[in-house]
Amino acid sequence: MITLGEVQETNKMIREMNLDVRTITMGISLMDCAHSDLAVFNLNIYDKITRLAEKLVKTGEDLERQFGIPIINKRVSVTPISIAAGGLKTDSYVPVAETLEKAAKEIGVNFIGGFSALVHKGFTEGDRKLIESIPEALSVTERICASVNIGSSRSGINMDAVKLMGGIVKKTAELTADRDSAGCSKLVVFCNAVEDNPFMAGAFHGVGEPECVINVGVSGPGVVKRALEEVKTSDFETLCETIKRTAFKVTRVGQLVAQETSKRLGVPFGIVDLSLAPTPEIGDSIAEIFQVMGLEEAGAPGTTAALAILNDNVKKGGVMASSYVGGLSGAFIPVSEDHGMIQAVQKGALTLEKLEAMTCVCSVGLDMIAIPGDTSAATLSGIIADEAAIGMVNNKTTAVRIIPVVGKGVGEIAEFGGLLGYAPVMPVNSFSCASFIDRGGRIPAPIHSFKN
Amino acid sequence: MKGIITVLGKDKVGIIAKVCTYLAEQNVNILDISQTIIQGYFNMMMIVDITAPAKSFEALIEDLQKLGAELGVEIKLQHEDIFNTMHRI
Repeated sequence: MITLGEVQETNKMIREMNLDVRTITMGISLMDCAHSDLAVFNLNIYDKITRLAEKLVKTGEDLERQFGIPIINKRVSVTPISIAAGGLKTDSYVPVAETLEKAAKEIGVNFIGGFSALVHKGFTEGDRKLIESIPEALSVTERICASVNIGSSRSGINMDAVKLMGGIVKKTAELTADRDSAGCSKLVVFCNAVEDNPFMAGAFHGVGEPECVINVGVSGPGVVKRALEEVKTSDFETLCETIKRTAFKVTRVGQLVAQETSKRLGVPFGIVDLSLAPTPEIGDSIAEIFQVMGLEEAGAPGTTAALAILNDNVKKGGVMASSYVGGLSGAFIPVSEDHGMIQAVQKGALTLEKLEAMTCVCSVGLDMIAIPGDTSAATLSGIIADEAAIGMVNNKTTAVRIIPVVGKGVGEIAEFGGLLGYAPVMPVNSFSCASFIDRGGRIPAPIHSFKN
Repeated sequence: MKGIITVLGKDKVGIIAKVCTYLAEQNVNILDISQTIIQGYFNMMMIVDITAPAKSFEALIEDLQKLGAELGVEIKLQHEDIFNTMHRI
């Protein structure tokens, strides 16, 4: 029998500690929409997305009411467009992005992910055209998210793509200069991208996935923080145990929502991604968890260790709660979306270099970081290369979502709005890496890629 | 199918009566009630049978919310599954 204490605990987690299901993402394969004619292809993808995801938002809202848990985002991810549109005879994929935008509006989702290309080993013609369309596509649409996978532990790093992406990020920033270069907040450069990630901006529907699938992302930095406050002076074992138990409960909620959504829509359930994804709200921050763990600010010595503990125990707690845990499960460390991280940057406690070190043990990478608008394309490529190398060598996913804010310098604030938050512009090491990036070609895969 | 109703707010006369009357009108059977008052705050949980209510689950949720607003307390109806999945392995 359910007890009063348990009911109170659950509702307290929801009401006071910001426990929520962050996102329900419906993955849709667009493989069968392929066509050489642009108009037919656009019609095919529009029809398929609006048909399959027609009831997605409504179902999410129903479940929200029924269980009394907020479900913040309902989203769609599609087959990487460079693959689905491989046969398309066109020079620009911008009209495809506009079609996706129209479909997203029609079904009422706030983001649609999959304006993507996977080029970790090399480019196809379609990949190149897609990547070149990204800056314009992101400037003329609001809901499209783009991602490019430029490296993997198996294939190494495609340095031609790294070089290209430095320029693409810069161009995207310039084309959206009137919005603090917010176009870049919808562009992720990955190494070891996962195929079942429900979190934007990096979500796409991988080629190994079924026709249509429901993936759910749960989040609860606030819940973990409050649980840790109760064991403030205890040793590390208790600390880890507390994170594990909390992650378990949080993931169970995601599992329930995922199963119900899947049942109601008649679409198979894919994975639960149990990530601690912060929001700009006070009390929903990863940086605040570090403070409860005993660090004065995020970025202080010990931060990498604290993040490693957090990330690992979130995963340990979650795997028991659902048989299909996937995506990017762990702790996200975006700057602009995390109230405590923003403060840490403003106080000078957190630097780009420390963030890079932290990405060795977090679940994604350099995320939502504003840097000066005059940063060169080569430097952006250098940052991408460093981050990709961390992912490649350590067999983990890493990503770069960095925003060179046109017209702003160190210390100024860039505003992205809503869940994307705001960020102080951080300094970047100004020594050049241009000759290094200009080499091009591919960095061979590390020795441990020969596992099979 | 069971639902969990929670009522939270400043204590006053007639809260239980009003909630129970509404539930009876909607053909919702009450299976269990537990209630405490902590520092003047009324805290109640009901387990109810929602197999055959007169209205849809969504409509019950809305009605109870309105009733809560009238009484100056917060009334919530949730499907039991969220508590079962979270607290039972």
